[in-house]
Amino acid sequence: MGRYVIRRLLQMIPVFFGATLLIFLMVNVMGDPIAGLCGDRKCDPATAAQLKKEFGLDKPVWQQYATYMGNVFTGDFGTAFNGQKVTELMSSAFPVTLRLTLVAVVFEIVIGISLGVLTGLRRGKPVDTVVLLLTLVVISIPTFVTGLLLQLLLGVEWGVIKPSVSTEATVDELIVPGLVLASVSLAYVTRLTRTSIAENRRADYVRTAVAKGLPRRRVITRHLLRNSLIPVVTFIGTDVGALMGGAIVTERIFNIHGVGFQLYQGILRQSTQTVVGFVTVLVLVFLLANLIVDLLYAVLDPRIRYA
Amino acid sequence: MRGATHAKWAAGAVAVALAATACGGGSSGGGGDGSGIVGSSWGDPQNPLEPANTNEVQGGKVLDMVFRGLKRYDPKTGEAKDMIAESIESKDSQNFTVKLKDGWKFSNGEAVTAKSFVDAWNYGAHLKNNQKNAYFFGYIEGYDKVHPEKGNATAETLSGLKVVDSKTFTVKLTQKFSTWPETLGYPSFAPLPKAFFDNHEAWLSKPVGNGPYTIKSYQKGSKMELRKWDDYKGDDKAQNGGVDLKVYTDNNTAYTDLMAGNLDLVDDVPASQLKNVKSDLGDRYINTPAGIIQTLAFPFYDEKWDKAGAEKVRQGLSRAINRDQITDTIFQKTRTPAKDWTSPVLGEDGGYSDSVCGDLCKYDAAEAKKLVEEGGGIPGGTLKISYNADTGSHKEWVDAVCNSINRALGNDKACVGNPIGTFADFRSQASQQKLDGAWRAGWQMDYPLIQNFLEPNYFTDASSNDGKYSNKDFDKLINEANGETDAAKAVSKFQDAEKILAKDMPAIPLWYQNGSAGYSDKVSDVALNQFSVPVYEEIKVN
Repeated sequence: MGRYVIRRLLQMIPVFFGATLLIFLMVNVMGDPIAGLCGDRKCDPATAAQLKKEFGLDKPVWQQYATYMGNVFTGDFGTAFNGQKVTELMSSAFPVTLRLTLVAVVFEIVIGISLGVLTGLRRGKPVDTVVLLLTLVVISIPTFVTGLLLQLLLGVEWGVIKPSVSTEATVDELIVPGLVLASVSLAYVTRLTRTSIAENRRADYVRTAVAKGLPRRRVITRHLLRNSLIPVVTFIGTDVGALMGGAIVTERIFNIHGVGFQLYQGILRQSTQTVVGFVTVLVLVFLLANLIVDLLYAVLDPRIRYA
Repeated sequence: MRGATHAKWAAGAVAVALAATACGGGSSGGGGDGSGIVGSSWGDPQNPLEPANTNEVQGGKVLDMVFRGLKRYDPKTGEAKDMIAESIESKDSQNFTVKLKDGWKFSNGEAVTAKSFVDAWNYGAHLKNNQKNAYFFGYIEGYDKVHPEKGNATAETLSGLKVVDSKTFTVKLTQKFSTWPETLGYPSFAPLPKAFFDNHEAWLSKPVGNGPYTIKSYQKGSKMELRKWDDYKGDDKAQNGGVDLKVYTDNNTAYTDLMAGNLDLVDDVPASQLKNVKSDLGDRYINTPAGIIQTLAFPFYDEKWDKAGAEKVRQGLSRAINRDQITDTIFQKTRTPAKDWTSPVLGEDGGYSDSVCGDLCKYDAAEAKKLVEEGGGIPGGTLKISYNADTGSHKEWVDAVCNSINRALGNDKACVGNPIGTFADFRSQASQQKLDGAWRAGWQMDYPLIQNFLEPNYFTDASSNDGKYSNKDFDKLINEANGETDAAKAVSKFQDAEKILAKDMPAIPLWYQNGSAGYSDKVSDVALNQFSVPVYEEIKVN
């Protein structure tokens, strides 16, 4: 087990370098970022040259990448164009987005799995049909529509919530944005759980458990659900990374100053340091989430072993 | 019990992840919502907040609240009035003596002296400080030493600046520039306290100035709380207890917050809301001209556009654009069709004229077609209009302009839009003369002077003359106007120069941009100045 984890961690290294190099090149292709700093007028050449030197943009790309990576390992992610350290931006943005993601994941787990179990056990019944239809509707409506609609109804018309999240972004403010962010994934979780439960209901071990005379509740939670959760856990695990990176739309609508906002600004201003820094951390989150998912398999199904 | 071991590992990993999220999430409590505080929308300033380093509206907004310079532009008339300056005198339009008023202080108690200005200007001009507005000091003697175009600075300070005593300093310019004192209302010329130089980092995290407001707290990228400074010396004291600026990720959200009563002032009404804004806000919607003009610039570095006769093509294209229709339908009247190359905020006395462009700025399809044909047709057969597609609604109006041109010329291929991904890329291509065809050019004035609209854009090799337009007569008239000591005569010389633009049409004037703002019924006396920035200190909280 320990060896497996170490091997997996080692595998992350090439992925990490590859991903950051790609991002670095992509941002670089977009052209000269200094030109945008002076607004609709040309930067005077001397200042532009000086700025380029300061941000290391006067060197060839490979050298920029090497210097950047060297600095990253000492914990220095560089400076954004507004003079703020990227690590400073990260320490303000990541906690907010992680909180938002956690709220979303909790929604996915609680609502998604409950609905999935409910419908999986009553396949073909009216409840099943209704939930299936509902999830279809949720999947087919884009997030920004649900987001703007909820914001308008709950925030402006009924005044239940504030339409924008404050700087502190406390958990209670994040409930509605979290629900919006989770909505599509939530529908998928419901459908995945439902299929998985419906399939496993007829499995031998479930029949055995029922034959042993175990209470229905125990059969469902300990035997049926545990095995059925493997695909669901895979989905939720990978979704953590996707939610964090994909929160741009939700964060914009509800004015959440998280990773999405910083990435968006970084891209608009072509701040290589900001974009690469944030994406690097997102890549790490993604890789770690996948590792945790793989480890959770063994918890759910002891037959799965790691060597 | 293998399962248990696995569970431990997994739980450990989850715990690490959770611990990582838990830290750093501290909240600082919800700021003072006391009466008299105006809540206003804000955008994240692009550059560090230093006077000579701020060249966009969002950072400028703060500087306008925290700083006062020698002069200040009257928010209503745009006239440059003495603020800290007791007098700025010159006999020859080149050597100036500046005298300061008594009693001005920075909010940390330091006195505002001649040295506060000279040090600040030397800092702003010096190459090593990377100040994006350094060229503002370009008229002062010695600028080429502290800010050479290539290589390192050979002097530490501007030789044209001399402190005489604590209340007086002299300025020597490299050329005659009669309206130079009127440029001094620009925030780049603000004085800086000693604290700025002693501990720069600390100052940047909480700027200290001499204006009607002080900064109570500043969370970069999200919020700034400004409070009224009771010991402020000027006569434009704040009429409210303070202003909370809140950064919005999207101006639509700011507008929604205004509707829901969580915000008092939005100074950028989103384009998508312009249709409803009157029914939503009624009188609380402001739409007034600002010192911003939008034009279509042409590449004079490309000989196809610089040859004789090409000016007829440009004039024809100008006549092919239905400005009234586009400003009505696409901009919902938040733009005013342009009639010259300046802005109405200058006023008649300041050099605005609604007749300089004349018929050439009026839509006439037949005339347009005739002119373009006389000029030998559009070079290459198709006009490409380049714009950045990342912000603003540039695509919509460029498409509309092209439609208008195509219809007028009766040719579906006469004009196409050419989107460029990011603003930075667009600017970099424009400033390196890589664009062919026309491109959108915008000019936001630095100070309300006709000189500021003409010289940087159309003078040979001027800082924003990206199209490399050059006309000796124009240059000569500009130089003469700058040397003219009588303000009215200077303005009329500038207007003579502008008439050359009408003949050459180096850029087609499209429209003047208005500032638009909306406010809640909790505040009153809201107005925008000529820079489309709210006049915060005059806002009253009911």
